[in-house]
Amino acid sequence: MSSTVSFPPPAWGNPELSAVEKRTLAAMCARMIPASEEYKVPGADDALIQADIAKSLGRDATAVHNALAQLETIAGGSLADLPIDQQETACATLRAEAGMDLTLLTRIILQCYYRDDRVMISLGMEPRPPFPKGHELPQGDWSLLDPVRARGKIWREA
Amino acid sequence: MPQLDPVDVLIIGSGASGAAVAWSLADTKMRIVCLEQGDWQNPTDYPSNGRDWEARQFNDMATSPNRRQLWSDYPVNDDNSPIKVLNFNAVGGSTILYAAHYPRLHPSDFKVKSLDGVADDWPVDYHQLEPFFAENDRMTGVSGMAGDPAYPPQKTPPMDPLPMGRSGRILGEAMNRLGWHWWPSDCAVTTREYEGRAPCINLGHCIAGCAQGAKASTDITYWPAAIRAGVELRTRARVREITVDPATGMANGVIYYDRDGVEQFQPAHVVVVAANGIGTPRLLLNSKSERFPNGLANSSGLVGKNLMFHPYASIWGYFNEETDGNRGPPLSLWSHQFYESDPSRGFVRGYSWQFGRGVGAILEAQQSMASGRLPWGAEHHAMYRKLHNHRMNIAAICEDLPEEHNRVTLDPVLKDAHGIPAPKIDYTISENSNRMLDHAIARATEALREAGAWDIGVERPILNGGWHLLGTARMGTDPTRSVVNEWGRTHDVKNLFIVDGSIFTTSGGVNPTSTIQAMALYIADQMKQRLATLFD
Repeated sequence: MSSTVSFPPPAWGNPELSAVEKRTLAAMCARMIPASEEYKVPGADDALIQADIAKSLGRDATAVHNALAQLETIAGGSLADLPIDQQETACATLRAEAGMDLTLLTRIILQCYYRDDRVMISLGMEPRPPFPKGHELPQGDWSLLDPVRARGKIWREA
Repeated sequence: MPQLDPVDVLIIGSGASGAAVAWSLADTKMRIVCLEQGDWQNPTDYPSNGRDWEARQFNDMATSPNRRQLWSDYPVNDDNSPIKVLNFNAVGGSTILYAAHYPRLHPSDFKVKSLDGVADDWPVDYHQLEPFFAENDRMTGVSGMAGDPAYPPQKTPPMDPLPMGRSGRILGEAMNRLGWHWWPSDCAVTTREYEGRAPCINLGHCIAGCAQGAKASTDITYWPAAIRAGVELRTRARVREITVDPATGMANGVIYYDRDGVEQFQPAHVVVVAANGIGTPRLLLNSKSERFPNGLANSSGLVGKNLMFHPYASIWGYFNEETDGNRGPPLSLWSHQFYESDPSRGFVRGYSWQFGRGVGAILEAQQSMASGRLPWGAEHHAMYRKLHNHRMNIAAICEDLPEEHNRVTLDPVLKDAHGIPAPKIDYTISENSNRMLDHAIARATEALREAGAWDIGVERPILNGGWHLLGTARMGTDPTRSVVNEWGRTHDVKNLFIVDGSIFTTSGGVNPTSTIQAMALYIADQMKQRLATLFD
């Protein structure tokens, strides 16, 4: 939808990740949600999921850049180049120190991970939007309300 | 500035109340125009059409205008409030973006001074509104079940209730063991073909617009009927101020910005404000003139004061048994067990509960990681599978009594895209509300434990919980203690009416949309009965 009036001026930050940021993000995602043979799911560092994350920064672009920069600082350089145990330590430090920026980055990672077809299938979900098929729900047995009816009115006369 | 042809009635805002009053007044055959700052919504654009449906609730369909930042939105400075303002600006207003939980206020809500010695009685009562509640239920298409012992017996929803589901059975059985009230909610969701609308198919994402058209938003209920009856709805029209004839003190029209950003003056004989409990005081306070230097209709000084939100608490539990998750309308059962005053509880007035079936896969992951339940690393997957589709929620809606220090003013700096000063919110939760929240959380925890919950989470108050915007242009018979009279006309300006949640004298403890619309229909009916003497 377009308009001659734009409110507010876009101030969401650069929607693109640099190559360095992409490597850091993938390393962090691997620590957050690793692949699992048992559940037949990819890790959050999977290439398709990473591509989805990279195009989903939107209103949180500035927060994402900030969180990744903070992680690089904590890692003392490239997180992806550290041994796994040191990556885990750096991520733990980030989680202890970071505030809203990490929360917003995490939100994007999880939204992209849990809408991936392979992950949804593993969870027993159909990889589709809710519309138009919808869902089935048991109607239930409304005789369960009989005790409520039997106790009588609870509204106050006024 | 160009001057348009005058209209008989000009309505500002096309949401819950503006739509209802437009439809009702249409049978007078007067020339009626409604100005709406947003535009029509296309159901094929609603989130449940796409795989990104959960993500969009944090983006273009976010409930907070400050997060959403669409061209149709205006900013709200709510930094000084523990509860953030939610709304939507479009044809249909915030009914586009509500859960369609549709209780009425109770008879006692209109008499809180007489019954409990607090706040003020409304100058109207439940029984006066009853025919308008019924008419609104019919126009809206409400599902539910007659015979709820929490209400007078005349309430009969036109459609059968939404499915109980797994979640409803689990909680209903627990409520029965506790001997507590529960009942299928009145919901503004169709359960069968109704007036051209298809029945609910359990898309599960009612809040951000219903792609099926089963949820009643006023763009698909009142507006088609009002437009067929001759009402003109002008979209992308943002009103800056209501103007006044300096000689008579009567409203004579509005200045607004049209879809091209061009300033327009629309003359009108009657102005009806329906811009919600934040937008309405903002507009009145922005409508200053020599005659009304403190804002229009503000001789009482109460425009913007007595803001009531309903402090919410969310209490959720995890169960071994699978629940409904997002596979159905999120809200379809309520409890009014603790609604009416009981002095032994340590607070006055009360609260209702709305039972939530569960949440979607992504929201579960996000909330559980934020709360520390869902770990990073190898344990992530096993834990997630214990949480996903194993949650149920109870949300407590606490009655918020009016307090003048809770208020809407104009921000001295923040403005919208047209340079119109934005609203600023100052709000605190009262001691009475805090005691009510304590009680609601303790009892909800008891209910969830009884139902088998193995873990309990609490959010208090719900930060993004300012759905209900009430009280900022209150109704009363005393012009020094209220802004509008007992039939919605402002005390100060005899051709200016307010019909939205601003006029609530008190808040009750339930979602207010049904009562807002019944009040709008009641006021329209009063206007029609008094057409010959409307300005006396």
